[in-house]
Amino acid sequence: MIIGHVVAKRVYFLVFAALMILLALTVTLAEVNLGRFNIVVALTIAVIKMLLVMLWFMHLRYSSHLSWAIAGAGFLWVVVMFALIFSDYLTRSWLGGVHVP
Amino acid sequence: MHANNPNLKHQFSTLEQQHHSYVAGMWVFLATEILLFGGIMVSYTVYRFQYYEAFTAGSHDISLPLGTVMTAILLTSSLFMALSVRASQLNQPKLCALLLAITIILGLIFLGMKAFEYYDEFHKHHFPGRHFAFHGVHLTHVALFFSFYFVMTGLHAIHMMIGIFLLALMAVLSLRGHFNSERYEPVEMAGLYWHFVDIVWIFLFPLLYLVGTAQ
Repeated sequence: MIIGHVVAKRVYFLVFAALMILLALTVTLAEVNLGRFNIVVALTIAVIKMLLVMLWFMHLRYSSHLSWAIAGAGFLWVVVMFALIFSDYLTRSWLGGVHVP
Repeated sequence: MHANNPNLKHQFSTLEQQHHSYVAGMWVFLATEILLFGGIMVSYTVYRFQYYEAFTAGSHDISLPLGTVMTAILLTSSLFMALSVRASQLNQPKLCALLLAITIILGLIFLGMKAFEYYDEFHKHHFPGRHFAFHGVHLTHVALFFSFYFVMTGLHAIHMMIGIFLLALMAVLSLRGHFNSERYEPVEMAGLYWHFVDIVWIFLFPLLYLVGTAQ
């Protein structure tokens, strides 16, 4: 009896191919000047790559809902940290005349 | 059945429960790691917004082709890692050890390239400190970029060294017959750690290497 889900080899190779294509895409798009949107594009591709690795290579797709909740909690707290810190830094100039160190 | 199965630890009722407990426990640890690297990435983003030109200039100076090859090597190592867990699941301990060895070699190549990159940056006096030098303006702010560069990639490299040690341990245990279809969790946990370190690099690559390419 095999415990856990055995993923077909083909799926791993497909995920790997997708990761390589996304790497080529992100490097190509970095050469195009999109101004401040360059980083948005690069990070969006990074998030897609992360999801591919997490769902298939790390078997999260086949893991218990408890594991989903724990992994999600990690990212939720990072989002909270980002939101609170940037609600401070990005709004400091609104007060006018306040120099941000 | 319970007392007779050597693959089942006494605190668990079933093999499925044992498996889910391993995975959930590992994700608790990985969640703390997400916050460790997340915290550094938040502070990096704050300063990138404030010293945009300096961070772009600093990023220009690290080699994008080298970074791209390093990313490709790490992604390939993750494929072999996933395949080695699969081999362990399917009762193929020798294949598992072989695939782990390939993963380790790819990891060592990555670290070798990182060492070459560090050597290059030291040589150009880009290590922050008394001897820091950089052509152009924004000197102190470019030094801040390089501080982030060395801390982020350094912490990542330490994680990789721990990962390589764990994978080597798993390869030895696999050859000694410690794992089978009902009990291969240690290999899978080492794999989760390795994939996580890969994900950290997936974010470090755009943050450090790609920010200044087009500008």
